[in-house]
Amino acid sequence: MAISRVVQGIVALGGALLGWSTSAYAEFALNMPRGVTPVSHDVYNLHMQIFWICVVIGIGVFGVMFWSIYHHRKSRGAVPAQFHESTLIEILWTIVPMAILIVMAVPATATLVRMYDTRDAELTVKVTGYQWRWQYDYLDEGVGFFSTLSTPQAQIRNVVAKGEHYLLEVDNPLVVPVGKKVRILTTAADVIHSWWVPELGWKKDAIPGFVNETWTQIEKPGIYRGQCAELCGRDHGFMPIVVKAVPEAEFKQWLTEMKAKVNPQTAENNPISKPAIVSGGQSL
Amino acid sequence: MSSTAAPTHDQGHDHDHEHHGPAPGLSRWIFTTNHKDIGTLYLLFSLLMFFIGGAMALVIRAELFQPGLQIVDPHFFNQMTTMHALVMIFGAVMPAFVGLANWLIPIMIGAPDMALPRMNNWSFWIMPFAFTLLLSTLFTAGGGPAGGWTLYPPLVLQTGEAFPFVILAVHMMGASSIMGAINIVATILNLRAPTMTLMKMPLFVWTWLITAFLLIAVMPVLAGAVTMLLTDKYFGTSFFNAAGGGDPVMFQHIFWFFGHPEVYIMILPAFGVISMIIPTFARKPLFGYASMVYATASIAFLSFIVWAHHMFTVGMPLAGELFFMYATMLIAVPTGVKVFNWISTMWRGSMTFETPMLFALAFVILFTIGGFSGLMLAIAPADFQYQDTYFVVAHFHYVLVPGAVFSIMAAAYYWLPKWTGHMYNEKLGQWHFWLSVVGINVLFFPQHFLGLAGMPRRIPDYALQFTEFNMISTVGAFIFGISQLLFAYNVIQTIRGGAKATDQVWEGAKGLEWTLSSPPPYHTFQTAPRVD
Repeated sequence: MAISRVVQGIVALGGALLGWSTSAYAEFALNMPRGVTPVSHDVYNLHMQIFWICVVIGIGVFGVMFWSIYHHRKSRGAVPAQFHESTLIEILWTIVPMAILIVMAVPATATLVRMYDTRDAELTVKVTGYQWRWQYDYLDEGVGFFSTLSTPQAQIRNVVAKGEHYLLEVDNPLVVPVGKKVRILTTAADVIHSWWVPELGWKKDAIPGFVNETWTQIEKPGIYRGQCAELCGRDHGFMPIVVKAVPEAEFKQWLTEMKAKVNPQTAENNPISKPAIVSGGQSL
Repeated sequence: MSSTAAPTHDQGHDHDHEHHGPAPGLSRWIFTTNHKDIGTLYLLFSLLMFFIGGAMALVIRAELFQPGLQIVDPHFFNQMTTMHALVMIFGAVMPAFVGLANWLIPIMIGAPDMALPRMNNWSFWIMPFAFTLLLSTLFTAGGGPAGGWTLYPPLVLQTGEAFPFVILAVHMMGASSIMGAINIVATILNLRAPTMTLMKMPLFVWTWLITAFLLIAVMPVLAGAVTMLLTDKYFGTSFFNAAGGGDPVMFQHIFWFFGHPEVYIMILPAFGVISMIIPTFARKPLFGYASMVYATASIAFLSFIVWAHHMFTVGMPLAGELFFMYATMLIAVPTGVKVFNWISTMWRGSMTFETPMLFALAFVILFTIGGFSGLMLAIAPADFQYQDTYFVVAHFHYVLVPGAVFSIMAAAYYWLPKWTGHMYNEKLGQWHFWLSVVGINVLFFPQHFLGLAGMPRRIPDYALQFTEFNMISTVGAFIFGISQLLFAYNVIQTIRGGAKATDQVWEGAKGLEWTLSSPPPYHTFQTAPRVD
């Protein structure tokens, strides 16, 4: 099995280098995902644009170098020229890269400005990182819960076969409505973590004592998986993130169900009558 | 620095009997103040650390060969990633360049020795103690440091008994680096042969002069940062503790204010080495000497104003993100000037491809690939995806391994005949080169794909879609790692004997060091040579 995986890998690598990665699987494994939000599309386009600029420059620069290595070698009888310094060429190879950089900086700046615009969100979720799980609080709804890795230890310890979503599955996913601007606040309770779902197009550090603000707007329903990206101790590799994007109506229904089995931590948002509290106390 | 040597003294010939030779036995190495001996010590120490750090890397790659936990516990895995970085940066790459500086700067500028020879002895002999201390922490309760070489609080404050020892070890390495750097600046500015003006200095000397200033500027910053960590843990201060009014992000700003110039400390001398080797084997002068000097100085200046690009995702204000993005992109300009210069030097030269040249050519190509991924990482919105993934791991290994490490190997092959008086085994050198260059690309190229596809760095286990590329990467790691034994064997054999090297060694070699005999006498240039 190991050998066949190596062979598959070598084929995939060869495919990547030659640019004929045809299968969708190979494409996912090779490149940044296009993602499912307007911002993630912008980021993907930016990434590809800069990648191709680098490829073109690389072909030019390495092309000249290899041409020279082939033709200007002593074994072909090349006699060394003794020229050096040329103000014109040196000015050119300073100004042309500057111009290319400006071409790159313009769309990068526009995307960044868009990513920083957290105004007019319709829902706010606070994400808190712990060693080693995530807590999600729907701030205006009084709903909150922990989200922990659900992959069994037996799979990690190689006792049983690994499942399809090995290490990328949790007990309680974050549920958000599609098409709505969701503000996400990240913070942490112990050490620094980083909340990252590649399909959303960004990651944001979760830092104790700080609340970082960012947003997303998922276009199509689905399950999107990610991981903690900042080293946070022993089980850093074992605190995945699962986001479930559902249509608005389904989200409303889910929220109602969650409120019903309300969690004591958020009880202050759900007034309970005095007799209920007293009888609850007496029953202890 | 007056010399009593007779005016007719001929530097190029064997006049050992006139000078104090090396002390006998082990005391030669312990008490030496001779720049050549100290250079040798630094280089051999760095080779040893390269193998220790490399063994740690192979533990990491072996664990990552397949998904699941097979070989090590995740906590030990984290100790390996942390120690691998500390050992390779402070134990392998930096001492190798200081060793090259010790051996070469005096004989390149016509100085009799380093300006501060006793301090030179001390700056080396701190290192074995610092690294014994650092490596011994792996055996303390709770294990060695496991929070990453960047030592971010609050995580690093969870380190066990190892913590104060790690901090002390970092202080000792810092003290060694600062003393080494002061010595290099003092030597270059004061001991040049009178006719060796600044703009006649070989580029290796120039790049080291600039690097030494970077070291003096930033090592104290690291010392301050780690001292604050120490007082946060043991003396109740709250520099980086938000609960006590401190700021964990402030540590990152201070660390990277050290850390980014540190990156250039590891690459500027490499630029110097490559700028010496390519003209020799192209048999043609360097295309733009002055522009290389200015490009090096520009890179050094920019290194101080780009640090926060390591922290694009910590939540800086928009203005901060934009500033650090633009400043970082600017580095591409002087770096491009360097690459264009090397290629124009090759252009219409008369090239041969001995091992040093092969490593230098691989450096130009692979370092440039690392530069391209660096440019991609500079784009802040795209960095939100790349940050802390294997894409970053691929990027910095491309600039550090086929960058800094290849340049050190190129330098070792290039000057080894001068140092030892023997030619190395060229055939073995070529085998070492080709195995290394294939191994390194099989090792690090797939990591670009892993990072883009979503694999975070510093994880001991991963989701199934990352399996193939991790396997390939591990195969490459073992090819690269094992082929370094050829290098060690070749170096040792060359020290022990071999074909006699000429004084010039390479047909196209130019510079003062090649006017000396191979090997040079124990004391050289006691009278200043003339430079035209």
